[in-house]
Amino acid sequence: MPEVFLEANHISKSFVGVQALQDVSLKIEKGEVACLVGENGSGKSTFIKIICGVYAPDQGEIIINGKTYRHLRPIDSIREGIQVIFQDFSLFPNLTVAENIALNDQVARGRQLVNWGTIKKIAREALDQIEIDLPLDATVGEMSVANKQLIAISRAMQQNARLVVMDEPTTALTRKEVEVLYRIVRGLRERGIAILFVSHKLNEVQVLAERVVILRNGSKVVDSPAKELTQEKIVLSMTGHTIADSRYEYSTPKTGQPLLRLEKLSRKGSFRDISFDLYPGEIIGVTGLLGSGRTELALALFGSHPADQGTIKVDGQAVKINSIQDAIKHGIGYVPEDRLTEGLFLERSIGDNIVVRSLKTLLNRSGMVDAVKKHTEIQTWVNNLHIKTSDPLMAVKSLSGGNQQRVVIAKWLASLPRILILNGPTVGVDVGSKAEIHGIVKGLAQQGLGIIVISDDIPELMQVCNRILLMQRGALVESFETKNIAEAALADRLVETIGGD
Amino acid sequence: MANVQQRQTTTPPAGRISIGHLLQTNGTSVRLLVIVIALFVLFSLLRPDAFPTFRNIQSMAFQASEIGILAIAVAITMLTGGIDLSINSTANLTAVLSALILTYVGPSSPALAMVLAIGAALIIGPICGAFNGFLVAYVGIPPILATLGTLTLYQGIGTVITKGAAIFGIPEFQWLGNGEIAGIPFPFIAFLAIAAVVGIILSRTKYGFEVYLLGTNPVASRFSGINNRSVLMRTYILSGLLSALAGLIILGRTNAARVDFGESYVLLAIMICVLGGINPAGGLGRIFGVVLAMIALQFLSTGMNMALFTSSGANFFKEAAWGATLLIVLLVEYFSNRQRQRRISEK
Repeated sequence: MPEVFLEANHISKSFVGVQALQDVSLKIEKGEVACLVGENGSGKSTFIKIICGVYAPDQGEIIINGKTYRHLRPIDSIREGIQVIFQDFSLFPNLTVAENIALNDQVARGRQLVNWGTIKKIAREALDQIEIDLPLDATVGEMSVANKQLIAISRAMQQNARLVVMDEPTTALTRKEVEVLYRIVRGLRERGIAILFVSHKLNEVQVLAERVVILRNGSKVVDSPAKELTQEKIVLSMTGHTIADSRYEYSTPKTGQPLLRLEKLSRKGSFRDISFDLYPGEIIGVTGLLGSGRTELALALFGSHPADQGTIKVDGQAVKINSIQDAIKHGIGYVPEDRLTEGLFLERSIGDNIVVRSLKTLLNRSGMVDAVKKHTEIQTWVNNLHIKTSDPLMAVKSLSGGNQQRVVIAKWLASLPRILILNGPTVGVDVGSKAEIHGIVKGLAQQGLGIIVISDDIPELMQVCNRILLMQRGALVESFETKNIAEAALADRLVETIGGD
Repeated sequence: MANVQQRQTTTPPAGRISIGHLLQTNGTSVRLLVIVIALFVLFSLLRPDAFPTFRNIQSMAFQASEIGILAIAVAITMLTGGIDLSINSTANLTAVLSALILTYVGPSSPALAMVLAIGAALIIGPICGAFNGFLVAYVGIPPILATLGTLTLYQGIGTVITKGAAIFGIPEFQWLGNGEIAGIPFPFIAFLAIAAVVGIILSRTKYGFEVYLLGTNPVASRFSGINNRSVLMRTYILSGLLSALAGLIILGRTNAARVDFGESYVLLAIMICVLGGINPAGGLGRIFGVVLAMIALQFLSTGMNMALFTSSGANFFKEAAWGATLLIVLLVEYFSNRQRQRRISEK
């Protein structure tokens, strides 16, 4: 019987309005590679934050090395050897590699004076442990994502990690870098260090994991050896349903003017020679890795980071989009990638968030905001998009992710755009809401809007779009009609293309 | 769970702006009103002969007005998440230039001099503000640094013009600083009018709405198509205009213009804003709170002087009392916020 390192028993946690985790129990053995899998919003992040002591669970206990913790503090978790590699790595970009690796140790020991020789020695040893060589004096801010990750792992090793939690570690890595990461993970396992690998990429799960734990809507639905699971079984468990082949039927013939036409659109350092047409009623998906230029393309169309070469035509007329105001003038709306920081005014009311774009239509003759018109406008959108709230005067942060996203969409719809760009429209949105948002998007297209959806969620793109464009290193490399391709085939094609990096 | 009441930050529906509504939706206003009344009662009990008299109230109204106008100038920049430290320099520069016009043109044609002086003030203030706005919105310098720079710059320009000397004897403007209508000091009427107009601009116009949203989250406001630069420019220009108006009132009241007049006004104005519930991080607060905070501090300073006038050092004690009041109000605010957060998370 292998030794259990960490045991989480009957963990529940809720936030305002959301049950994030419900009675989740989980054991992690020493030297085991376990994969924690689930959709966005399934409770993965909450679970990680509970085992590293950032959140206190509402119910349940955590046993580490046989010691029971009712109130696990971050410092306890670190002392027990739990190290989390977050997606942002929590590194100090202005410090050197050596300082980043060794400083925690120095601080933990309460050192008041810094011995530079010791710092370098500590850092060198930590890097040696994972058999990696990096320049110790380089500034971390200038290093690649992959190297930052290696530094974060070294730092964890330096602090005698017994369990390393990696939160979606391969998101921004190239295939080669992923291979290096796999090698390191296997190396750690051989040294008896447990790994909890958090991911929603199925191929990684199958390559790495010995055991797979699947969360759905805050509950554990599967906990079994990886060998016993097929991809289909994992998908079914994650989503709770087999993905219905309810694709978007785009029937309108492509006659007449395209709503939007890009001709060799380029922006130095971001993307180059992008050309495609968007017709009314079309939903075009744009996908590719982070850094493939997909978000930059959207920001160029929205005028935030204007293109420097090529032509944008709206209704056949060449237009200049050099500012967000220009984009709005031409009827282009943008639902940003990061809802919380870019899309919403969290502390302000749902209503204020909805009318921000349409306020100028709600003024009375003396230029004052007309309270009655404003109220009517807000109610209209709350009803149209089924935003679940008892009172639109409540702060928008009280809503769940899915309802928040509807508020952002409502904000743009209220200004009656003709082209809507959605970047990651269902990130952090629960499964039920996700389907409803997809429904909203399809409905809008049927009303004649042209829609661009940027996403790395292949099933989502397959369901929502009639055409999918694949971007790689700033170039548009392929275009698929969704009715002509199976989901698996597209996924394979993606992996292939991405692997070429 | 979804019906947990969160802090409401919606501007009140138009047409229903009443004191009652303000109190109902804004705890800060309630607290301040309680403080104002408590201070009035306290000092009236301590000095029934001097404090609650018409003359004293009139005199307090004279003193408080110019600083009140400057506080409103700071408040609007704070609502955008910025600050304007150059208010007092702008006011003094305005006063100096107006005073010069009055001294040179005044003797030959007083009426023309008045028009020119007021006209100059209404141009200089917004120019000073526009320069601040340019530095903040277009160059991207943090407001606290940009306006610290222009604080010195505008004062320096004034010093060059006057060679540091005060300009005395401007009889034309006496009414502006010392006049009264039906017993109410003119500066106080000006202050209330300014507070009302700015209050309505902030709560009822598109620009006001955008000020609050920009202050809440500048990134989201940019991504919502709000022209952040334009909103910031307009805000700092308005701040400069208000500062210039305060400058004219100072000129009238003191019958003099000095580039270094009222150097403590800047910090005092910031203190009134914070006390009045304007969040220095932006997006939260009302002009009504600023008005109450100003009245509270004036009661405190005058009352303290009267209560302690026999003992030495009453004046020093006044500043300590201001500081203490500010800290107490901030602490109460902090703890009541935390309490509310806890109540929400417990549910």
